Amino acid sequence: MDAVKRYCRNPAAVTGLVLLLIVVAMAISASWIFPREPLALAGRPLIWPFSNPRFPLGTDNSGRDIAAQIFHGARISLLIGGVATVIAIAIGVLIGAFAGFYGGWIDNVLMRITEAFQTLPNFVLLLVLVAVFGSTLTTVTIAVGVVSWPAPARLTRAEFLSLRNREFVQAARTLGLRDIQLIVGEILPNALPPVIVYASVVMAVAILLESALAFLHLSDPNVASWGNLIGLGRDVLRVQWYVSAIPGIAILVTVLAVSLVGQGLNDALNPRLRGR
Amino acid sequence: MREPTSAILTLDGLSVRLPSGADRPHALSGVSLSIAANEILCVVGESGSGKSIMANAIMQLLPGGVTIDGGRVMFEGRDLAAATGVEMRRVRGAGIAMIFQEPMTALNPLLTIGDQIGEMFSIHTDLSSAAIRARVLALLEDVRIPDPKGAARAYPHELSGGQRQRAMIAMALALDPRLLIADEPTTALDVTTQAQILTLIRDLQKRKKTAVLFITHDFGVVAEIADRVAVMQHGSIVEQGDAASVLHDPQHSYTRQLMAAVPPLTSPPPRKLSDDTILTIDNISKTYRTGGFLGRGARVTPAVKNVSLKLPRGATLGIVGESGSGKSTLARCIVRLIDPDTGSIILEGKDWATMSRHDVRAETRRIQMVFQDPFASLNPRRKAADLVAQGPIVHGTPPAKAIAGAKELFELVGLDPSASDRFPHEFSGGQRQRIGLARALALRPQVLVADEAVSALDVSVQAQVLKLLAGLRQRLGLSIIFITHDLRVAAQICDLVAVMKDGEVVEQGLAGDVFDRPQHPYTRALLDSIPGGDAARRSKAALPPSD
Repeated sequence: MDAVKRYCRNPAAVTGLVLLLIVVAMAISASWIFPREPLALAGRPLIWPFSNPRFPLGTDNSGRDIAAQIFHGARISLLIGGVATVIAIAIGVLIGAFAGFYGGWIDNVLMRITEAFQTLPNFVLLLVLVAVFGSTLTTVTIAVGVVSWPAPARLTRAEFLSLRNREFVQAARTLGLRDIQLIVGEILPNALPPVIVYASVVMAVAILLESALAFLHLSDPNVASWGNLIGLGRDVLRVQWYVSAIPGIAILVTVLAVSLVGQGLNDALNPRLRGR
Repeated sequence: MREPTSAILTLDGLSVRLPSGADRPHALSGVSLSIAANEILCVVGESGSGKSIMANAIMQLLPGGVTIDGGRVMFEGRDLAAATGVEMRRVRGAGIAMIFQEPMTALNPLLTIGDQIGEMFSIHTDLSSAAIRARVLALLEDVRIPDPKGAARAYPHELSGGQRQRAMIAMALALDPRLLIADEPTTALDVTTQAQILTLIRDLQKRKKTAVLFITHDFGVVAEIADRVAVMQHGSIVEQGDAASVLHDPQHSYTRQLMAAVPPLTSPPPRKLSDDTILTIDNISKTYRTGGFLGRGARVTPAVKNVSLKLPRGATLGIVGESGSGKSTLARCIVRLIDPDTGSIILEGKDWATMSRHDVRAETRRIQMVFQDPFASLNPRRKAADLVAQGPIVHGTPPAKAIAGAKELFELVGLDPSASDRFPHEFSGGQRQRIGLARALALRPQVLVADEAVSALDVSVQAQVLKLLAGLRQRLGLSIIFITHDLRVAAQICDLVAVMKDGEVVEQGLAGDVFDRPQHPYTRALLDSIPGGDAARRSKAALPPSD
């Protein structure tokens, strides 16, 4: 409860949370406010924002409502960000926990695998995965998760390395706990706070990765996503720049919100590190 | 009012305020004391009494949120409490120097000792580098570090704890400060090294006529070194005066209470020991091997060498020794946190040393361990009752019954059962150690291994926990292996004592025999090094019996 109090005292963190809640609210309300299919043609193409009350944010070069795409796109971005983060953290914690707890050759093997993933640039690996497995929403989400796990794995491993020889773990071992009980029940709860904080970074990067894919027309074209809209706006960037700029701002706000929340969590969970 | 000319530092009603939410509003409230040139003033108090805050307040090194909110710190006619950062930098090092408890963390690991001491001169003086080198060597010779030239070139991790503390002292005395503040400078050191460092500080102080403000929690150290004593409790000085008068005729009840808690070095009359041996340790060895590829360049450290011990049923066997003597490794071998290389540990007809991991998990309820650090040995994310009930639950007791059992154990170790749903950080150090004890007892073990179980506690709390342990031994028929570096503690509770040095047991026998008629020269050296050993014995005799 102290952590909640500390979080609420941090104005940047509260701002981030409010922004994030607005994005979530957009995602939830999309079907009510814009009940029509967002990718359906709605009117004349390339209407400027604020010039037609029917299309408050204008239309894109195919005549689709930008506001509807932004609202529905919030769902896709949050979905990809959330699910990919869960996948990345799950793989990372699993590998990091085993490597850190057992050490020795298990650690060596797992860390070499992690390094193999780390040496490949994230985005290149993502392109390969999407090229091989196709670009439906599911494969893109899984692919983003699969390229993001090495950093959480290293972080978890470092936490486990420092925690596994603490006296409370030794004490639990003398009580007769099994290794898996030690890992899950004793060490993991103490190792999680930095990993949770890092999850916000993974989420922000996941949203950006999906946008980048969409910008290259490699994401799922059948869903309304912010990245797709930016990619579409690329063709008319010099005159109708708003087609790319509006979803760009949406991505900026979301990533900023997630980062602020992550920073706020960090300060709230590790109060002693603040003030540096 | 003019201060007497001899006083170097005068604290005048000094108050230091803590941030809101601390356990009390003021760390120091109205502390007044003065230190004259050429004297050693010992400030004694238990942890949390504010003695270190006082040292930091003098140097203006208070942590954030902690501020001086009243009183003056008069040093050489100036009020340091109101001094600016620039003025303070000139005072620190040159006027007032400080040495700390843990020399390893107080020294920069990336600079050689010589460079760090030399820094004092290059910052505060304009000597040439050759002159600085000469001064550094002279200083290192002053503090009687072996091989001063080599030490100047060494990095902190290449020196032993005692040598590092000598280097710290050399650095502190580099600019001939008028006042030296020593904050628990020997607490992290072994007893023999502590005796040497105390002698060194005393000698240097006599020769250089420096005033020394010596902060300690140990009355033995006070008896060894102090000219005058100030006793601190909850941020106030409750008593001050000449060392002799305070030590032999304490006026304040808190002083008396503290001194009564200092264990005397005389063991209680021997108890009758059972002929039945419960635990037989035979020829246990453990060697650590680190690094090296295919056996080349590996570092081999024999931690325990051919140790054989017998623990009679219901007895307490003390294993004493300095750090690095292998006593903790031995304890961890006994509970199989570490696998011994050779030898056998027979408990109830089964050999613990060679048992499989699976069997150890099942049998572990027979032998339990209490750990040293009451802060590190409890999982901060579990409630006290869960911690205590964890063992029985793992061994198949239904959770509800285990929690009920935990509450009973709370009562047994002198804790309020209603506090059992609190988290460890809500308890004090002594209470946490009681939780650790309850956790070990929850499995109804026959043998309890206590690894430095009272070393991290204040003396008065230490005395309570020792009493509790002795009581439980009687009531539950426990056999205890008690590992400690403190011979005074060992004398209190142990029936048998084994002295370890460099992984070997050099002497063992009945506690009374070992302490009164030590055979091995190392045991004698240990006994002679106990700070204030003679004084403690004498003053103990003069004191009324405590309850």
